[in-house]
Amino acid sequence: MIALTVNGTRHEVAADPFAPLSDTLREVLGLTGTKEGCNAGDCGACTVLLDGAQACACLVSTAQAEGAEITTVEAADPLLDTLRAAFLAHGAAQCGICTPGMLMAALDLLRRNAAPDRTAVEDALGGVLCRCTGYLQIVDAVLDAARGEAPPHPSGSGVGAAIPRLDGAPKVAGTEAYGADAAPADALWLRVVRSPHAHARFTLGDLDAARERLGLVAILSARDVPGLNAFGIMPNLKDQPVFAEGTVRYRGEAVLGLLGARAAVAAVRDADLPIAWQTLPALHGVAAALADGAARLHHHAPGNVLVRGHLRTGDTETAFAAAAARTEGSFRTAFVEHAYIEPEAGHALPGADGAMTIVACTQAPMMDREETARVLGVPDDAVRIIPSACGGGFGGKLDVSVQPLLAVAARVANRPVRMVYSRAESMASSTKRHPASLHARMAADARGRFTAFALEGDFNTGAYASWGATVANRVPVHASGPYRVPNVLARTRAVYTNDTPAGAFRGFGVPQAAIATEALVDDLAEALGLDRWEIRRRNALGHGDVTPSGQVLHASAGLPECLDALKPAWAAMLARVAAHNATRPRHRLGAGIACMWYGCGNTALSNPSTMRITLTRDGTLTLFNGAVDIGQGSTTVIGQIAAEALGLPLAALRQVVGDTALTPDAGKTSASRQTFVSGRAARDAAMALRARILALANAGDGARLALEGTRLAVADAHTTRVIDLAALDADLTAEARYDPPTVPLDADGQGVPYATYGFAAQVALVRVDTALGTVKVEEIVVAQDVGRAVNPLLVAGQIHGGIAQGLGLALMEEFIPGRTENLHDYLIPTAGDMPAIRIHLIEDPEPEGPFGAKGVGEPALVPTAPAILSAIRHATGVRMTEVPVLPHRLHERLGGGEPPPDPLPSLSLGD
Amino acid sequence: MTTYHRPDSLAEALAIRAETGALPLAGGTDIHPLRTARAAWGEPWRDAVLDLSAVPGLDGIAETPAGWRIGARTTWTAIAEAPLPPLFDGLRAAAREVGGRQVQNRGTIAGNLVTASPAGDGIPNLLALAAEVECVSLSGTRRLPVADFLTGYRATALAPGEIVAALHVPRLDHGSGSFVKLGARRYLVISIAMAAGVIALDGDRVATARIALGACSPVAQRLPALEAALVGLHRSEMARVPQPAHLAPIAPIADIRASAAYRRDAALALLRDLLAGFAP
Repeated sequence: MIALTVNGTRHEVAADPFAPLSDTLREVLGLTGTKEGCNAGDCGACTVLLDGAQACACLVSTAQAEGAEITTVEAADPLLDTLRAAFLAHGAAQCGICTPGMLMAALDLLRRNAAPDRTAVEDALGGVLCRCTGYLQIVDAVLDAARGEAPPHPSGSGVGAAIPRLDGAPKVAGTEAYGADAAPADALWLRVVRSPHAHARFTLGDLDAARERLGLVAILSARDVPGLNAFGIMPNLKDQPVFAEGTVRYRGEAVLGLLGARAAVAAVRDADLPIAWQTLPALHGVAAALADGAARLHHHAPGNVLVRGHLRTGDTETAFAAAAARTEGSFRTAFVEHAYIEPEAGHALPGADGAMTIVACTQAPMMDREETARVLGVPDDAVRIIPSACGGGFGGKLDVSVQPLLAVAARVANRPVRMVYSRAESMASSTKRHPASLHARMAADARGRFTAFALEGDFNTGAYASWGATVANRVPVHASGPYRVPNVLARTRAVYTNDTPAGAFRGFGVPQAAIATEALVDDLAEALGLDRWEIRRRNALGHGDVTPSGQVLHASAGLPECLDALKPAWAAMLARVAAHNATRPRHRLGAGIACMWYGCGNTALSNPSTMRITLTRDGTLTLFNGAVDIGQGSTTVIGQIAAEALGLPLAALRQVVGDTALTPDAGKTSASRQTFVSGRAARDAAMALRARILALANAGDGARLALEGTRLAVADAHTTRVIDLAALDADLTAEARYDPPTVPLDADGQGVPYATYGFAAQVALVRVDTALGTVKVEEIVVAQDVGRAVNPLLVAGQIHGGIAQGLGLALMEEFIPGRTENLHDYLIPTAGDMPAIRIHLIEDPEPEGPFGAKGVGEPALVPTAPAILSAIRHATGVRMTEVPVLPHRLHERLGGGEPPPDPLPSLSLGD
Repeated sequence: MTTYHRPDSLAEALAIRAETGALPLAGGTDIHPLRTARAAWGEPWRDAVLDLSAVPGLDGIAETPAGWRIGARTTWTAIAEAPLPPLFDGLRAAAREVGGRQVQNRGTIAGNLVTASPAGDGIPNLLALAAEVECVSLSGTRRLPVADFLTGYRATALAPGEIVAALHVPRLDHGSGSFVKLGARRYLVISIAMAAGVIALDGDRVATARIALGACSPVAQRLPALEAALVGLHRSEMARVPQPAHLAPIAPIADIRASAAYRRDAALALLRDLLAGFAP
């Protein structure tokens, strides 16, 4: 027995002395507030205090913690309470998976240093990774807590109020239940054996004998899948097996499932399993997959092309020939890992008559239900998906991961089954951002008006289709940027390879395309002697303009306003750069700019949301909200919208979120659609309920509602009527469905692909060390047209987080299968890598959106990388065409850094 | 389950080490990640572990007539916060660059050395400090220079029955240290390259120079030719001295973090920065 003192309480635990303390806290003591993100000291999610000093509990043997005072996020502590309150008020917890670690690191700091400066806070938090927030709100929260200051409480809670997130309290208390945090005590454990080879055939030996020898309950393989051994995003193409059938197409593909007691499945050496491998040549990258004679990876995809995207308007070649300036370039981007700090996890509960309940982290419960039911061979309604709290998603938890595996195992064993992906397993097996190989051309007339744009783009979709078709179709629509371009030809391909499947990641290919397009815009500015802001302003899409899809932007097209808002910051940056660089120093400053647009919702496909709101006879007001909040704040935003539309305070509204048995289908949390689509459905449902209430009270439109117990008061100018809900014959219920109006695209990509678009521009100031090729982003100023900021605090959090991911895309993130399957070789930004950020919110209302709102989450990421590249170019004269711009890549382009290159001149701004 | 020894005396620890060859563990900041990495691809940990955290006498920094004895289990935070002379400024800077605070609070100086990663941030500093390793076993104690202790990529001269008990840093009058690290992000980053130096001045002139580069070869390397070229110079002249020829002892590789050619160029830039830091 090992004696542990946790939060002042002594426990005698029967634990493996070598077991990480994090595991003992969670699995033996049930203190699941301490999160495990990597089990390697790389992410800091498991940070606890040992005798008052922060430590990764995953790096401490349980035996070593004997005798120490262990403090976890569950501790009762006044200073911790101050931090919790500050985190809530500042929006410092988004998904919340890093929050316990952040709180512990901050508590350690504030106990030692009551008045830290910003650098001291960053130093203290530098060992905890966050993928959602971009850290700034966290650092602000710690500084405020140190000062004992609470930020001003927003007045009201309606649309436009910067209220703290509604689901924040359990996140800062450590009581939020993520995928790995809850499972029945008698659940079996499932561990998946994955292919170490990128391309191989295999045969399985005697699995029953192995099962007995290894003391397992079952060894699952393809033969155990009761329904269709296949899943996939595309409705008509389920190309990925739950368990591989004789062939694996990427490193990390599931081959077997080991089911049994936890210790038994952990003790199995994969090499002891009866798998006979025959490795095959692997096609890495699109060039190999497209080469003449390349092996065909899927029968349905000759030439390994999964799908093609296409858009054509006007006559590009004639326009190029007539142009005053033209440019072209080839660009490459890498696989990018979502790096949510919560690895995939969940559990399955088998029921009678084929029923199955899955509790797991997800972005898309209804899609999970369809996929799982197909794999089980049962009707959809036999499967219930209960989303756990989701510790980050960013697109990576749109595809199923643990769900079908758990379902098959629970069906076979007829017992609850749980599983938790390891970090390496998560990184090796889950989807990535598509690497892009782009060749683009662009032309302008003598006045700098864009006349033509052409793109050929290949996207590496890896071994299975996932969201490859979505990327291939979304990119052509957006490729020419948020500009008036009369002649456009954009052609894309999603290409199968033997790499990790690429799927959905914040932007669906648009961030990659923007890197190319914005560089060409800078080229044209340079060729024509125009300022980079000026050329964008002259071409910016605005009201009444026609997109390359032939869509007229009737409303909510605020890019010109965004650019105007940035003009002073841009001018100031240019002046600062010119003054600083005048002496040709080693450390150069550079200013960069980029714009973006982003269609909210599916590309020219129906993507409805349905919301239901009830006021029951006991006075309970409930929104049945099927939109999963993955940290971005949809529960809060949709709640604010519903309450405002109904006319009752948000505090009166209870929500049931995302349980497929309880909530109507609100679609997936992707494509920046939840505020816009689900928010609109919530508004419509709430307005319908309001109309019912007003009719019952015979009151006019402007009546004020007040709910107290079962008494609902309806007051208009003359009278107040009270409805006694308890006396009604039935509960009051209203439901609304909203499907954004789109028009299918024709063969040339013409139609109305999206009902609305987000627009944004960013300017970036970077400092380049020309001797080392390192880049520090010092400042980013954002102007983003969000239609209406339903909650400006959460909008700012989305923008900060998008910038952090865009910075990572530009400067450090590169997933290489087999090489960077952990969070010390795969780098994401830390608290010390963030620039200062200033935000101008532009509110050009979207008539279709709830109270004018539209999507925010993905647009924030898209302009960051091209703005940083533009700034690097300004600082050094080097036009980088491959991301990430690792120091050695920039250094090589700088010609070794000696002598330092000439920076580009800062052209003066026109009027 | 792994056999896990956690003795509370040195004698017992040495007996276990001699008898079982169990892997010594102190802060655990390298061994737990290694276990995770193996388990991820179906290789459960089976090695016996010798946890030294309860053995008395292995931590703390003591000043001796000859210099300083740094206990094997001394953490990076303890080094960063210790009242040490400027000679240790490089090591103390490295102590705040190893991992995040969590790792600095647990990771130990001997662990960094015994892991013998090419990118161990402590190692070039120990080379520049001319430190010696005190190894102890049932058959006694021996001391050997760090450069001899490190025998290759993740390889050391630690004998099967030995553990590291301490590091010894000799005095160097008027000596001061410095350290510069290059990584692709601010915190929690494995070095692309790093440079450590100890300079002793006689007035404003260099009397002794010890310079080492890390993450540029399988084992961090001193640069004797550069050191020789620095002796006698005014300290403000040092930054101009490093030249490509001085990099002969290193053999950088290309990996996910950088190309080999870049590491050479970066090493030179880091050396110049390091030496500029000694200017008045």
